[in-house]
Amino acid sequence: MSEYSEPTGQPGGAPPAPLWEVFVRARRGLAHTHVGSLHAADAELALRNARDLYTRRQEGVSIWVLPAAAITASSPDEKDAFFDPAADKVYRHPTFYEVPEGAAHL
Amino acid sequence: MRDLLLAGNLLHPLEIDVLSCNTWGMYGNDFPADDTAGGLLGEVEAAEMALRAAAERGRHGSAGADPAAYFAEVVAADQKVEPRDWMPEAYRATLIRQIAQHAHSEIIGMQPEGNWITRAPSLKRKAILLAKVQDEAGHGLYLYAAAETLGVSRDELVDLLLAGRQKYSSIFNYPTLSWADMGTIGWLVDGAAIVNQVPLCRCSYGPYARAMIRICKEESFHQRQGYEILHTLAHGTPAQREMAQDSVNRWWYPSLAMFGPPDTDSTHSAQSMAWKIKRFSNDELRQRFVDMCVGQAEVLGLTLPDPALRWNDERGAYDFTQPDYAELMRVIKGAGPCNRQRMEHRRRAHREGAWVRAAAAAYAAKQANKKEPAKQKEKVA
Ligand SMILES: [Fe+2]
Ligand SMILES: [Fe+2]
Repeated sequence: MSEYSEPTGQPGGAPPAPLWEVFVRARRGLAHTHVGSLHAADAELALRNARDLYTRRQEGVSIWVLPAAAITASSPDEKDAFFDPAADKVYRHPTFYEVPEGAAHL
Repeated sequence: MRDLLLAGNLLHPLEIDVLSCNTWGMYGNDFPADDTAGGLLGEVEAAEMALRAAAERGRHGSAGADPAAYFAEVVAADQKVEPRDWMPEAYRATLIRQIAQHAHSEIIGMQPEGNWITRAPSLKRKAILLAKVQDEAGHGLYLYAAAETLGVSRDELVDLLLAGRQKYSSIFNYPTLSWADMGTIGWLVDGAAIVNQVPLCRCSYGPYARAMIRICKEESFHQRQGYEILHTLAHGTPAQREMAQDSVNRWWYPSLAMFGPPDTDSTHSAQSMAWKIKRFSNDELRQRFVDMCVGQAEVLGLTLPDPALRWNDERGAYDFTQPDYAELMRVIKGAGPCNRQRMEHRRRAHREGAWVRAAAAAYAAKQANKKEPAKQKEKVA
């Protein structure tokens, strides 16, 4: 037992269990939404822990867990440059267009 | 039993997603709708709406060349600071300390109530208490996760707790001597925690604010189940009534001390307020708590142990006796009735759980190894 009793965060201690991001589908018809994260040794444990941690009150009908390390993120520091290509394409939104008087079902 | 549900005006209808839970119906706690829009849960909902609204307003401008000015702007506009944003080092350090301390409190806070799980007077009470203690573990984990977004690891924080280098709320260093303490803890200790935490739902740091919203919604069940226990005891046999009163007598002042030292001695407050981590001062929150408890105690038919407690018309608030802050300091420094016991228990639990963590890691490694050769085979084929 003593070989594991070292505090885990200390240098030389056991490596921390990987971090998982948790997504929950609240109800049929809704997309999975990010609800938080947790540590677990593998995917199966991550799923079980996610159930106990994030759906104790039937908050979901389906859970996804994915390793946080597998996520590629656009940093907010690069926000402007990264999302720029969309900024000048207002014509992608229906509100860009003027609908002539009397035209229905548009 | 239903009558008491009409009681406290802070008892606010729960959100649909909480209400729809099975266990809730099982205990027959169908709450009549009341219209206390100013109730604490109402404030949690308002904070959640404000958070969404701020997100929709979007951030004007961008960090650009002057990240400090941008940070100040985001905070001033009541927008949320997110993990990868630039932030002052002292802001980061303050948040890590506060969130960690909060997380530790949830974890250590399982012990006083865990003490009564096997001795709950009925299966129903036992199931409720188990669910409550499990919630507290969940709160600890949400909060460690929020702290981790600031660049510290949960293991580091756990180590700091185990080494006695980070604190937890001093309230959990008091013993739970009777079953009535389960009622009083829910009513007063969770009640004080809610008063403290509801404003944190509007904290400027996004992950903390979101964790607090989730936690506060769960806390209201904690408070109600405690209030129900006390109400039942207070209307039971003379001995039960006495047990309830004795329990309230013991927990009242330590609960008042949960709001921290008086404003005149509170060191971190001003800066935390400027950063919108904190929204109200210790004394403001304590006053608010007292004002709520007086009416609730009346409905219980129990007495708050303060002969100086009386309504002050001028202030529009109750005058009350301050808790013994010297005692608070002693307990924080380690001389409370249960400090040693709480830390020893936590260290032992951590140590005795080590083989579970090691086994899970070994199993995960073994499964990963099994998959590796299979993948290579696929490639060859
Ligand atoms: Fe909690
Ligand atoms: Fe609680």
